[in-house]
Amino acid sequence: MPDQALLQSETEPQPQPGQQPVVVFENVCVRFEGPPVLEDVSFQVAPAETRILLGPAGVGKSVLLKLANGLIRPDCGRIFLFGEDITTMPEDVLLKLRTRTGMVFQEGALFDSLTVRDNVGYQLMERHLPVDEIDQRVHEALRFVELDHTYAMLPASLSGGMRRRVAIARAIIDKPELLLYDSPTGGLDPVTSTTIDELIVKERDVYATPSILVTHRLQDAFTMVASRFDTDKGQMVPLPHGQTNSLTSFLVLHQGRLIFDGSTSALVSSDDPFLKEFLA
Amino acid sequence: MAFAFDNIDTLAKRMLLAMQEYTLFCWEAVANVLRAPHYWSDVMTQCDLIGVGSLPIVVLTGFFTGGVLALQSAASLAQFGAQAYTGRFVSLSMIRELAPVLTGLMVSGRNASGMASELGSMVVTEQIDAMRALGTDPMKKLVTPRILATVVMLFLLTIVSDTVGTAGGAVVAVFISHQNGTQYFTSAYQALGYDDIAQGLTKPLFFGFIIATVGCFFGMKTTGGTQGVGRSTTQAVVVSSVLIIFGDFILSRALLWLYSGI
Repeated sequence: MPDQALLQSETEPQPQPGQQPVVVFENVCVRFEGPPVLEDVSFQVAPAETRILLGPAGVGKSVLLKLANGLIRPDCGRIFLFGEDITTMPEDVLLKLRTRTGMVFQEGALFDSLTVRDNVGYQLMERHLPVDEIDQRVHEALRFVELDHTYAMLPASLSGGMRRRVAIARAIIDKPELLLYDSPTGGLDPVTSTTIDELIVKERDVYATPSILVTHRLQDAFTMVASRFDTDKGQMVPLPHGQTNSLTSFLVLHQGRLIFDGSTSALVSSDDPFLKEFLA
Repeated sequence: MAFAFDNIDTLAKRMLLAMQEYTLFCWEAVANVLRAPHYWSDVMTQCDLIGVGSLPIVVLTGFFTGGVLALQSAASLAQFGAQAYTGRFVSLSMIRELAPVLTGLMVSGRNASGMASELGSMVVTEQIDAMRALGTDPMKKLVTPRILATVVMLFLLTIVSDTVGTAGGAVVAVFISHQNGTQYFTSAYQALGYDDIAQGLTKPLFFGFIIATVGCFFGMKTTGGTQGVGRSTTQAVVVSSVLIIFGDFILSRALLWLYSGI
C-alpha cells in the first residue's frame, strides 16, 4: 500500500526544455498468436526521467521494454529511440543504436560460457578496446555494484541477486543514454531487492540516466520513488517525509492497454477501480 | 475427412514457411561471410570443438567401417577368386561414399545436436536477446563461424576417415584374411582416379553446410523453454541426418554425370 504521505509534496516531472524525448511510443500495438498483447500504447520518456512500468504478470511489460530498443517490432504505431524512428529500421542500423542503451534482463541473461569480466566487458571487447582499459572499466563497473571480487568467476557460481547486479554492471559499463530494467528484483528476497533498488536509485541520481523500469513489486517502486542516493554516505536514504523524486513517474498496463501515465501523487489518488485494487 | 484435409493444409503451410525461413536463414548466414565484423577467433574455437572434438568418433567409425568392408568383401570376392581386389573395393567404397556419409552422420549426431541445444538454451534464457541488446548480431557472432568451421573441418575429417578406413581395411585384409599388404595397397591405389577423390571431397562441403545450418536454425528458432530445447535438438539431428542421406543421393547423381557422364 503506498504511503498516503506521497500525496503531500511532489513536483511533476519536468523534462528540460529544448531536449527531445529519449523514447516515444505512438499508438503502438503488437500481437503474437491470439489476442493483442499491447494495444494503442503511447507514452514518452524525457531526458533524466525514470518511468516505472507497473502491471500484473503477463500483461506485456517485458514486451513493451523489448519494443523500446527494437528487439521486437510493433505491428502498428511508431517507436522513436533517441529521436530516430526504429519501427522499420534495418537490424544492422538498429544494432549500432542499441549500443547507446543498456538493458537488464529478467534473469540477468549473462553469457554462461564467459566469466564475469568478459560478460561485463563484452561491449568493450566488441569494440576492440585495449585490454588494460577494459580491465579498468570492468573493475569500476563491478565496484559500482559492489561485486569486484567476482571478476574471474563464472555466472554459474553466482547467486540470483549477484547475477542481477552483474547484469546491471554490464548494462552501465558503457555509460548508456537509456537504461531498460526488466523486473530486476523479480524472485529475489527483500534484502537483495533493496540492494538492487539502491543501485538503480544510484544510477538515476548520480548519472541522471533516463530509464524504464518494469516491475510488479509495488514495494520496490515506492521505495525508489521515495528515496535518493546520498553520495556522501554512499547509500540510499529516504526522502523527507511526504516528498518523492520529481523525475520518477509511473505507467500502468492492464489488459494490453496503458491505463495510467502520470506522477506518484496522481497514481495513489486515482479513482480507477483497477488501480485501487492493484495498489491495495 | 474435411478435418484431415484441414490438417494437411496446415501442415503443408507450416512446412513451406519453415523452408522459407530456412532459406532466408542460410542466405543471411552465407552473406555474413562477406560482411564485417568477422569473428575469426570464434571460427577457430568452433574448428577446435567441431573438428578436434569429433576426431575420436570419426577415427573409430572410419577404421571399423573399413575393416567391416574388407571382411565382407574378402569373403564375397573369394568365391570368384578375386580376393586381390579387396583393397580396390574398400578404397573406392570409402572414398567415394562411406567416409563422407558416415563422417557427416557422426558429426551431425554430435554437433548439430550440440549447436541446437547450445543456441536453443541461449534463446530461452534471453542470452540471444542480450547479445542483440549489446549491439552484436547473433547471426554473425554465433551462426556464421559455426558454418565456416563445420564446412572446413568436415572436409578434413573426411580425409582422415578415408585414410583410417583404408588402413582399417588393410589391417583386416592382412591379419584376418591373410592377404598380402602390398597387394592390398597397390590395388587400392590403382583403383582410385582423381574423379573418385573429387567426388568424395565435394560431398563433405555440402554435408558440413547442412549440419551447421540445420543445427543453428533449429537452435535459433527454439521456443517453449527447456522442453523446446530438447525438441530442437532432436529435430536438428533427425533433419540433418535425413538431408545428408538425401543430399548424398542428389550429389552422387550430379557428380557421376559431371565426372563420368553417366
